[in-house]
Amino acid sequence: MGAYLVRRLATNVLVFFLITVAIFWLVHKAPGDPIAMRIPADQLNSGSAEYIAEQRHALGLDRPVFVQYWFWLTSALQGDLGYSLLNGRPVTELLGERIGPTVELMLIGLVISLLVAFPLGILAARRRNSVWDYGTAVVSLGSVSIPVFFIGLLAIYVCTLRFQWLPSAGIVDPANPGLLDSIRHLVLPAVVLGIANTGTYLRYIRGSMITELGADYVRTAEAKGASPRRVVYRHALRNSLIPVLTVIASNMGQLLAGAVVIEQVFAWPGMGQLAVSSVRQQDYSVIIGFALLVAILVLLFNLLADVLYTVVDPRVRLR
Amino acid sequence: MTDIPAGLPAEPTASSTVGARTPWRTGLRRFRRHPLAPASVVFLLLVIVGAVFAGVISGHDPNAIDLVHARAAPSGAHWLGTDPTGRDVFSRLLHAARVSLGVGLSAAALAVVLGAVLGSLAGLLGRWVDTAVMRLADIFMSFPSLVVIVVVAGVLGPSVPTLVIAIGAFQWPTCGRIVRGVTLSLREHEYLLAARAAGAGQGWLMARHVIPAALPPICVAATFATAQAVGMEATFSFLGLGIQPPTASWGNMLTDAQSLTVIASQPWLWLSPGIAVALTVLAVNFIGDGLRDAVDPRQA
Repeated sequence: MGAYLVRRLATNVLVFFLITVAIFWLVHKAPGDPIAMRIPADQLNSGSAEYIAEQRHALGLDRPVFVQYWFWLTSALQGDLGYSLLNGRPVTELLGERIGPTVELMLIGLVISLLVAFPLGILAARRRNSVWDYGTAVVSLGSVSIPVFFIGLLAIYVCTLRFQWLPSAGIVDPANPGLLDSIRHLVLPAVVLGIANTGTYLRYIRGSMITELGADYVRTAEAKGASPRRVVYRHALRNSLIPVLTVIASNMGQLLAGAVVIEQVFAWPGMGQLAVSSVRQQDYSVIIGFALLVAILVLLFNLLADVLYTVVDPRVRLR
Repeated sequence: MTDIPAGLPAEPTASSTVGARTPWRTGLRRFRRHPLAPASVVFLLLVIVGAVFAGVISGHDPNAIDLVHARAAPSGAHWLGTDPTGRDVFSRLLHAARVSLGVGLSAAALAVVLGAVLGSLAGLLGRWVDTAVMRLADIFMSFPSLVVIVVVAGVLGPSVPTLVIAIGAFQWPTCGRIVRGVTLSLREHEYLLAARAAGAGQGWLMARHVIPAALPPICVAATFATAQAVGMEATFSFLGLGIQPPTASWGNMLTDAQSLTVIASQPWLWLSPGIAVALTVLAVNFIGDGLRDAVDPRQA
């Protein structure tokens, strides 16, 4: 187990370095003077030429590219991602206040899609080639086919405009805050994100359950007289969780991508909304900070998938 | 999906005539048995015809501004109404089909070529090349291309080539894995050994033996890749990171629908492109599903 994880950790670190090189290349390619990303705008405007030159030297911007990369990487890893070109605030701070809403949306969305995907996936696997199986196949293909923003627009049209059940914009109503209000704001974006991801999980759960239900130990359990319910939920489901867990962890990036789009549709004040508005306003330092953060998150979840895999499946440790 | 394993010889009904047993025919028959794939082919053909003959069919210039008739509801003159600047929505929809299908197909093609080359290299060379390519595939699979497009389009500016490359580059792993799998199983076959003994190089083996053998599953993967690419193009353009106006794409036609008034009072503006993307992606996916049944009954 140890050697396997160390190997995985090593490749992840290597990949992280490759990604940072790619991102730094973009920092380098970004229009304008790179110093503008590294010190707040008011200092840049009011500072004397000597002060700027001093800062440029301190930040390593007058050195060769490789040294610049090293300066950039070390300060980024210490949490200094530079300053917004737009309002001069530190990028870390901007991202920090947006990460909470995004994570909230992702987690609730994930829970919703799993709540739908597990029962349907198990049903489809138990009644293979039945109407139920075809029905869930269409549901899962529909969920991966219909663009998430279109589902979002439809949801707004039906739930907000037609029937006025739920609010469709923002995270809270400033005139009427409270727990209930927060939940009401969360429902539409989270459900739409859930719907959009259900198909992916559903397919894996079905496939994994079919494999396990065909295994010898299932026949043994049945032969011993265990009830079908017990066989499915106690025996097969447990083992089928192993690949599903890995899929959930490695699908986090896609979940985040879905959240980025949904934040746009539902005016949800998360990282995605910040990133897309930064692109529109050409706020490069924020865009790059966002990219770095996502890269770290995705790699961490990949690593988590590897760890989970070894923890829940003893067979992997032997490799 | 339903079939009895269809490679079995015992199936005397349809195959009585001479030549009915060819792989093409069995495949076609299985494809036609899919509940939705044949209908999807018809629908997709309609979309393609609409895209190719967009100008003739719609009878309107997709970019002609007509402020007098702005925001008009669907009528005989404008089948799907007009947008805030009076442009004909139906005409824009058909012209957008060109862009969306074009981007989808080229991105999928890029993904297939990358996947075929990397996958067969990994399978043929093995050892560290295999490990490296497969790890790379894992990373590309888990990294959201949306974020990449945000960053690249954000810094370098959005453009069609950026879009195609970003989508294609993040789709290759599916195809790459398939080709690698086929290559690994081929490596054990005698005829590959014979080809090698006769002095064939890696390039020859790839082009003459590996790729042809992997072609059926590659076609399936390419179909799914196209579906996904069309959906991604729509998403990126919707966010303003893909096709830039005034060129119409299904995604950027929906961008205007981000205000509640448009959603409520001018549904033709967002429903038509939305339904167009959804149905097209669904149709291509159904075709992929049918193709998979046709080439590989075990998968169903």
